[in-house]
Amino acid sequence: MSEQNLRSHVGPYFGEFGGRFVPESLIAALDELEATYNTAKADPAFAIELAELHRTYTGRPSIITEAKRFAEHCGNDVRVFLKREDLNHTGSHKINNVIGQALLTKRMGKTRIIAETGAGQHGVASATAAALFGLECVVYMGEVDTERQALNVARMKLLGAEVIPVKTGSRTLKDAINEALRDWVANVENTHYLLGTVAGPHPFPTMVRDFHSVIGTEARQQMLDEFGFLPTALAACVGGGSNAIGLFHAFLDDADVKMFGYEAAGDGMDTPRHAATLNYGRPGVLHGARSYMLQDEDGQTMESHSISAGLDYPGVGPEHSWLKDLGRVEYRGISDAEAMDALRLLSRTEGIIPAIETSHALAGVIKLGKELPAGSSVLINLSGRGDKDMETAGKYFGLLDAAKAGN
Amino acid sequence: MISQTSAVLKANKAAGNGNLIGYFPAGYPTLDESIEASIAMCQNGVDVLELGVPYSDPVMDGIVIQEATMTALENGFKLKQTFDAVREITAKVDTPVLVMTYWNPVIQYGIENFARDLAAAGGAGLITPDLIPDEAAEWLEISDKYELDRVFLGTPSSSPERMKTACDLSRGFVYAVSTMGITGARAEVDANARKVVAKVREASETANTAVGIGISTADQVVEVNSYSDGAIVGSAFVRAYADGGVEALVAKTVELSARLKN
Ligand SMILES: Cc1ncc(COP(=O)(O)O)c(C=O)c1O
Repeated sequence: MSEQNLRSHVGPYFGEFGGRFVPESLIAALDELEATYNTAKADPAFAIELAELHRTYTGRPSIITEAKRFAEHCGNDVRVFLKREDLNHTGSHKINNVIGQALLTKRMGKTRIIAETGAGQHGVASATAAALFGLECVVYMGEVDTERQALNVARMKLLGAEVIPVKTGSRTLKDAINEALRDWVANVENTHYLLGTVAGPHPFPTMVRDFHSVIGTEARQQMLDEFGFLPTALAACVGGGSNAIGLFHAFLDDADVKMFGYEAAGDGMDTPRHAATLNYGRPGVLHGARSYMLQDEDGQTMESHSISAGLDYPGVGPEHSWLKDLGRVEYRGISDAEAMDALRLLSRTEGIIPAIETSHALAGVIKLGKELPAGSSVLINLSGRGDKDMETAGKYFGLLDAAKAGN
Repeated sequence: MISQTSAVLKANKAAGNGNLIGYFPAGYPTLDESIEASIAMCQNGVDVLELGVPYSDPVMDGIVIQEATMTALENGFKLKQTFDAVREITAKVDTPVLVMTYWNPVIQYGIENFARDLAAAGGAGLITPDLIPDEAAEWLEISDKYELDRVFLGTPSSSPERMKTACDLSRGFVYAVSTMGITGARAEVDANARKVVAKVREASETANTAVGIGISTADQVVEVNSYSDGAIVGSAFVRAYADGGVEALVAKTVELSARLKN
C-alpha cells in the first residue's frame, strides 16, 4: 500500500470506486457544481468566508475533551480523546458540509436547496443554513425515520423547511436519497441538491470530504499542541462516511496512526439484520457511485437495519471502499445493544450524551482499547449529541415508563 | 452491423408512418402476465418494445412505474427471468425488444454474461438510464461483440459535445428526454422536446431519435412523430394495465398507434 499520498487523492475515482452513475439529465448540474467548487477552492476569499462563518456561527474550532472516566472501561492504560463535533451549532458534524455547500448554492445563483436526511441532523443543518442564507428548503426523510427522529422533524419545520416523508421502499435514508434525486432531476435549474454525506456522484464524495476535513485538520494540530503526540488510533462511526473521512483525512499519510470505522451491525454481525456495508457488501452501483453496498445476487439493494437512523444505509462513500481495499482503514461492526450500552456509559462517566450513531464508535473503542498496547491513545470523532435520540433511548432503557410511574 | 431497431424505425418513417415505442415492466404483475401483455402490445401497434427490468432504486421513474416494478419484485421477479421474457416474446412477434435496465443489475450479472444471454434470447439491446457514455467503456466493447443496440440519453441540459457523444455511441436510437424530470404522464410535452430533437439533428445526420418522458395521449404521439423518429410511452401503458388488464392495455395501444399508420 502506498503510504505517502493518500491525502492528495481526489475524485472522480478512488481506485475502482466512485464515478458518475446518474441519468444524463443531472450531468450538466454536476459539471456546474464541480466547476463552481473548483473556482471557490482556488479563491482565497471563499476560504476566508467559510472560516469566518465557522468561527462566528458554527462555533469552530470544536474542542477536544479527554474522557478519563470513560477510558477506564477501554482497557488498561489507554487514553481516550473526544473531538467534540457535538458542540457545533445544530449538534453534529453535518453543519461543516452544509455551510460549505450553501455558499456554493449562492455562488451558482440557485434559490432552493433539497436534502435527504436519516437521523435528521443533516436535514436540521440544511434547514438552518437555508434560514441563514434565505434559501427555500425541502427535506426528504423516510417515513420510518420521521417517526424515530420526530424531534428533528419539528426542528426542521420550525426553521422554515418543508419535510416530505418518503413512503416508498424501506422508507429510510436510501429511499429519501432516491426521492431527492427525482426532485433534483425535475428542478435542477433553480435547485441545488445538498447531499449530506460522502456518497453520490462526483464531485460530492470529494467535495463533502473536503468540507469535513476541517475536523481532522483541527484535531491533529490540537493533539500536537495540547498533548504533544498524535493518537495511536482514530475511531469514527460510518453511515455514508462523512464524519469518519472528515476525521481521518488529515491523518491518512501518518503511517503510524491506525484508523477504525464502525458500521452498524443492527441485531448483530451474525444476523442478517445489519447495516455493515463494508463488512458484508460487495461492490456495485448505488446512488450515483460505484462502492460497496448491500445487495442480493440480482443487484437489488437490500434493506439495512440499525437502531440508528443515521447509519441505517445499505451504501457507503467510495473513498471508504478504496481505503478498505487498500487496508488503510479497518471497518468493524457494532450491534444496537453495544451502541446503546456505550451511549449510557459515556453519559454516566463523562456527562456527555452522544448520538446513537456516534455511540457505535464509542462502543468500538471500548473493545479496541483492550487490543491496544498499554500507553496507547484513541481519538474518537464525537460526531453528534444525543438530544434527538431521547425518545429512542428513553424507550430502550425503560426511562419513560419509569417517569410515568413516578420513579 | 445493422441494428434491427434502427431498421424498423427507418422503414416505418420511409413509408410515411410514425413509430410507437412501448414500455412494459418484466414480471409485472407476474412473469407470465408481463409476457402476455408485452406480446399484446407488439401485436396491436407497438413498433419497438421496451421491456423494463424491475429494480429496487429506480431514480428516473415516477410513481406509476415505481409501483409496478415494486409489485414485480414483491411477486418474486428474478433477473434471469428477463431473458425468459425476451425469449418468449420474440418467439411470438418480430418486434425488436430492447431491455431497459438500471446499471447495477447488469454489473452484478456480469456485463458480458448479460449481453450473451440477451443476444441468445433474441433481445435487440439495452436502454441504460443511469449509464452515461463516460462510464460505459466495457459496455461499448461488449455490445459490439454481441451486436446489441445501446441507447443512451440526450436531455435538454446536455451540452453539444455530450449530445454528439450520445449520438455517436448510441445504436438503434438516441433517447431524447423531453423534459427535465422523471417518467409519468404530463398534460403537455415540453417545447423542450423539440429543442432536444433539434440538438440531436445538429449533432448527427444519421442518428435516430425517439422522444420519451411524459407522453400519454394520441395527440402527443402524433405531434412528437412529426419532428422525431418515434414516441416512447411508458406510464400510460402501465396505468392502463393496472386499471383494466390486457384489454385496457390493448385499447391504449390501438388508441396511441392508430394515427401513425397510413
Ligand atoms: C451524529 C451523526 N453521526 C454520524 C452520522 C452518519 O453519517 P456519516 O457516516 O456521513 O458521518 C449521522 C447521520 O445522520 C449523524 O447524525
